[in-house]
Amino acid sequence: MKYIDEYRSKTLAKNILNQINLISYQPVNLMEVCGTHTVSIFRNGLRKILPLHINLISGPGCPVCVTPVRYIDEIIAFSRKKEFIVTTFGDMLRVPGSTSSLEKEKAKGADIRMVYSPLDALKIAQNNPEKKIIFAGVGFETTIPTIASTILKADKEKIKNFFVLSMGKLIPPAMKSLLESKEIKINGFLCPGHVSTIIGSKPYQSIASQYHVPCVISGFEPVDILQSIYLLLQQLKNNQAEVIIQYSRAVKPEGNEIALSKMKEVFITVDSDWRGIGNIPQSGLEINDNFFRFNARALESDIEIEETLEFKNCRCGEVLKGIITPLQCPLFKKICTPENPLGACMVSSEGSCSAYYKYN
Amino acid sequence: MCLAIPGMVKKIFNDNTAEIEIGGIIKKASLDLAPQVSVGDYVLLHAGFVLEVIKEEKAREIFQAWKGNLD
Repeated sequence: MKYIDEYRSKTLAKNILNQINLISYQPVNLMEVCGTHTVSIFRNGLRKILPLHINLISGPGCPVCVTPVRYIDEIIAFSRKKEFIVTTFGDMLRVPGSTSSLEKEKAKGADIRMVYSPLDALKIAQNNPEKKIIFAGVGFETTIPTIASTILKADKEKIKNFFVLSMGKLIPPAMKSLLESKEIKINGFLCPGHVSTIIGSKPYQSIASQYHVPCVISGFEPVDILQSIYLLLQQLKNNQAEVIIQYSRAVKPEGNEIALSKMKEVFITVDSDWRGIGNIPQSGLEINDNFFRFNARALESDIEIEETLEFKNCRCGEVLKGIITPLQCPLFKKICTPENPLGACMVSSEGSCSAYYKYN
Repeated sequence: MCLAIPGMVKKIFNDNTAEIEIGGIIKKASLDLAPQVSVGDYVLLHAGFVLEVIKEEKAREIFQAWKGNLD
């Protein structure tokens, strides 16, 4: 396929790898923030071909993985009431809440429907006027504009039975939080390509300048990732910390201004809990007052949310922060498996634990 | 979850949607977030929406940048 196959060229990859070997001699920790990068790095065996002193650390960029237990319990509570139909992206179905999951509730008869797009959830609302449709609004900046646009469409078409349980999250505050915590040394960031298609390169400028950490916005194919690593190493060699767009075929410095304006029209920025990490100031999005009628939390008096129970031995939090690899979690592959996931990082196909299980 | 797939715009409809061909499969997508597309453009598709038009000249840059090393 065009714009995929050519970025899988072995000749080009080998060539970039040779250049990496020429300029890289010191140990470095490079964090790939995005779960889609993590999967691509594993699938293409990049860790195995890079010099050993280049340590790639998987970051918190899997929206399903960082969604807190309390949120899963909220959406499960909606699914337990007959007047609601819960709609969700497929990745959310198996994420464990305190005592259940959407998959388990579906098996018990709850009306839970997997959708490919928030627009599909809106169609379900139009086709089921007697029901209230709850869409599990999980995602980063890539997905949030699609949810905002769907709410604007629902507003325009005066659809009154469509609601979003927002759990949108923002990537740059999480990156700053990791640097502030000083729990792990990060020498450079591979920044998420499709989040950056929306937000552009500007939100990373303060990360590069304040913390003196170079950032490269990377595409997802092996040639993209290798070139981005080279661009990070080159900056480190020259003691630079700038934001470079490697994925320039899909990312403009200003981002997608239409998408950003729709996000701004519908959502406000709020403090937000990240599973395993804790509360990060101004890192989440909630529906603003102008669109409150689409906020599922306005309906919470109709449901009973169970008391939150965290699975204490799960070390997803440390995995998400890059402090440990999944291999260092005592549950990994023993009790926690893709068939029986205990932590969210094992559930999502883009979770670090899932990627380690499948490819390592 | 932030995966976006490149595809080619085949048809544009009056309701601000388009048919996108991805590896031989046709998907319908909203153009609400990227209304500036034309038939024949390659675009990134995510969750039923076109996110951005892929820029051909930028796509070639990587190959030009490494051309010297490849020769």
